[in-house]
Amino acid sequence: MSVLQEISPNVKNIKQSEYEVLASRASQIEKELSQGVRKPYKELIDVCWCDPHSVGVKPLTFVRQVLAACVYPQLMKSHELPLDVRQRAQWLLGRCDGGSVGSYNAQPCIPEIIEKVSEFTTRRDGGVPSYPENIFISTGSQWAIMDILNVLVNSEASPKTGVLTPAPCHVTSMMSITALGAAAVPYYLTEEQGWTLQVEELQRALESAKGVCNPVALYVINPGNPAGLVQSRKSMQEVIRFASEKRLFLLADEVYQDFVYGENREFVSYKRVLAEMGPPYSDTVELVSFHSTSKGFMGECGMRGGYVELVNLDPAVQKHIFKLISKSSCTPVLAQMALDLMVNPPQPGDPSYPLYNQQTQHIKNMLAQNVKTTHEVLNSLPGVISQPVEGGAFVFPRVFLPPKAIQKAEEEGMQPDTFYCVRLLEETGVLCCPGSEFEQKEGTYHIRFCITASQDIVKEVLRHLTTFHTKFMKDFS
Amino acid sequence: MSQQAVNGVPSRGKVLTVDNMNPNVKRVEYAVRGPIVQRAVQIEKELREGVKKPFTEVIKANIGDAHAMGQKPITFLRQVLALCAYPELMEDNKFPEDAKKRAQRILDACGGHSIGAYSASQGIECVRQDVARYIEKRDGGIPSNPDSIYLSTGASDAIVTMLKLLVCGEGHDRTGVMISIPQYPLYSAALADLGAVQISYYLDEDKCWSLDVAELRRALNAARQHCNPRVLCIINPGNPTGQVQSRQCIEDVIKFAKEEHLFLMADEVYQDNVYAEGCKFHSFKKVLFEMGPEYSSTVEMASFHSTSKCYMGECGFRGGYMEVINMDPEVKAQLIKLVSVRLCPPVPGQALLDLVVNPPQPDEPSYTTFMKERTAVLAALAEKAKLTEEIFNTVPGITCNPVQGAMYTFPRITLPQKAIDKAKEQGQVPDMYYCMRLLEEEGICLVPGSGFGQREGTFHFRMTILPPTEKLKVVLQKIRDFHLRFTQEFS
Repeated sequence: MSVLQEISPNVKNIKQSEYEVLASRASQIEKELSQGVRKPYKELIDVCWCDPHSVGVKPLTFVRQVLAACVYPQLMKSHELPLDVRQRAQWLLGRCDGGSVGSYNAQPCIPEIIEKVSEFTTRRDGGVPSYPENIFISTGSQWAIMDILNVLVNSEASPKTGVLTPAPCHVTSMMSITALGAAAVPYYLTEEQGWTLQVEELQRALESAKGVCNPVALYVINPGNPAGLVQSRKSMQEVIRFASEKRLFLLADEVYQDFVYGENREFVSYKRVLAEMGPPYSDTVELVSFHSTSKGFMGECGMRGGYVELVNLDPAVQKHIFKLISKSSCTPVLAQMALDLMVNPPQPGDPSYPLYNQQTQHIKNMLAQNVKTTHEVLNSLPGVISQPVEGGAFVFPRVFLPPKAIQKAEEEGMQPDTFYCVRLLEETGVLCCPGSEFEQKEGTYHIRFCITASQDIVKEVLRHLTTFHTKFMKDFS
Repeated sequence: MSQQAVNGVPSRGKVLTVDNMNPNVKRVEYAVRGPIVQRAVQIEKELREGVKKPFTEVIKANIGDAHAMGQKPITFLRQVLALCAYPELMEDNKFPEDAKKRAQRILDACGGHSIGAYSASQGIECVRQDVARYIEKRDGGIPSNPDSIYLSTGASDAIVTMLKLLVCGEGHDRTGVMISIPQYPLYSAALADLGAVQISYYLDEDKCWSLDVAELRRALNAARQHCNPRVLCIINPGNPTGQVQSRQCIEDVIKFAKEEHLFLMADEVYQDNVYAEGCKFHSFKKVLFEMGPEYSSTVEMASFHSTSKCYMGECGFRGGYMEVINMDPEVKAQLIKLVSVRLCPPVPGQALLDLVVNPPQPDEPSYTTFMKERTAVLAALAEKAKLTEEIFNTVPGITCNPVQGAMYTFPRITLPQKAIDKAKEQGQVPDMYYCMRLLEEEGICLVPGSGFGQREGTFHFRMTILPPTEKLKVVLQKIRDFHLRFTQEFS
């Protein structure tokens, strides 16, 4: 018998991703395409993830120039790279042991970059102070979420440690919770009201946990994923009050903070709202906020960088957190540099500013347009209702699948929306994520795809979706 | 804690305290970046602020960080990575054609031709294919399947992932993991974090830190009383000890693993760092397959490699991989789930790994420079390994085994009883006390042997052999002088 037959039950319990069904079908199709099999499309369009570079969004020139110069400092000798690029690369390399991005660095996070992050959050939060000793650099937000959960969750506890999570919620955070032997306690966002978070629902969720698990934390995603909500200040205050009353540790996933579209919407950080609420909340509610270099205008998912800011944590616990971070050796140095570039971009007057501004403006316009187009097209389709996307990277329209389709899906051993997505993939080459991946409300079906893609790609996706959906609804009527 | 969610009555005190946090995390220690390093960083700060000390810089010989100690990056690697980061440089004729070709191939395998796109969780396919080819070439043609290769965020990530997969059971059934004493403290830290049972087997200091199967057996049998031993970890070449296991030893370990039904984890990140005459790196996989199908089709194993060591020293890129052998397909499915939680390993690290396993060939423009640089790095390390052993062995009270491989020396130090007593008074482990004194007096940062594990009553420290030769000579001399003074002081 294989040694590996016995493996960690926590790993076994991680739900098999619905996406895996699609992924294996997609790679099969790709093989067939490369072998010359005729299909109604020449290549696949994968809009499952927020992975901007893979769907037509270009990296920011300033970022790539600085990183290239850091990797190969010879580039700084010529004057082909703008002055501010060379100066920044020089400054960044000066912060590295041995002047090389290949070194570990004595501390897991370059202290000067942490200072820059701290200055960034202070600026962003209208002056709310931020302390470098409460910030650490992460290897992407998912890694960081898992590290923090690891401190919170006692995998041997009985009953299990519980974490209140939004429903719908993106997959990897859910997987982390399971992998650590904790239990996710879903609180449902109200779809009909644009996916708002209702405190009564938080209360219901908490009640439902009685006797099942011991909730210690409340995980919020703002702007949302997959739901495109941007919380109002009022809603955030309610969440904070709830966390305070019920003695819950607040985890705020804010990686999409640069993506806000709604006219009357703005991103406000949980840290800022907490500080503005004043004592007792501002001194007592324990909060961890997560940000990342994967999203925003940089879209540098492959770099695996981000940061975490801790507020009101017990200093003794914080010491253990930092010890855990140092054991992981360190975030890639390039990712730490990308983080610096994110929190400290070119300013007006800098040589790189005009191009930087042009490129980020282009992305902003692209996103605004994509939000508009997808909203119009999706809501014009019979049997599809798409809530307004106020922020984030995705649309998450609800699809009212006909009973015949649901039945067919069951026959094929698939979730109904997975079935829909597989059909969509096979007939059009477009890859979307099925809503069943995201803890949607029982009996509802959705699909998720990103709007952080070039306008052309989004238009093409919508075109295919329209044709496919019309036919699908007819076929299963 | 149970008052939460039961009653909404607010109570004072933190939600998350050291009493209710994950108890396993509290047990985690990682000496390589532990208190002595924190003090070193503090001292550096003081020096910058102009505080007068008997030295002008802190020499951080605690961590295997080659570039931090002045080792230069390999030109070819950095050229390709720069091209990957900013492809506009492809127009620049200062970059050689072979670098451009490699960069283009890597970019073509990335989403949107960008290293900023996510890759598959298991790693970019063409990189895995190149890794498989490298392994085949290294192991004399023994096939390697790209699907059995998992790219990772440095070898540490892959090691922890495998342990996460393996550790289960409660009480007497809790998974036991065998690891050498001394060991690289990532293992003890990970085992503590996962609540696994650490089963320590002692390397034989008198026989150049060799591994004796009889000792493995002793440790295993003792452990069976209180846990379920399932994993055997071995670091070859060794860290901190630098020993390079003989082929016979590797065969014996494989036989032992088969007999005792253990999963073998072979940490081979120092595979290019072999210096001593008569020593050779034998990959566990190669030996396994040369032992014939009785072993090669049954023993379950994972071997680990990284871009942090060898001649590249690119620790900051966090590149690495593991190859799994004879893993049950159902278990592989579980492994895929686990690696997808963190999305994917850093793409620049994957790109770097591709270059390491696919370096310039003799007919390519960059070959000459590449080989020159690679040879220089490895030759310097070999020279420093010898120098270190020689000088330390001239010091009464320090005995140093030959540094056969890796990047460290782990000499044994004799401490006077009075020093041991003084340390105890201060609530410090004796070799920590010794190292702290060395740091304060000479500005040299080492890691005390207690951070790696050692036989009761013995003391050691780990020093890297990475500082440039001239600086290393100075460091060795200072340690010698310090040791004599210290011994004198406590005589």
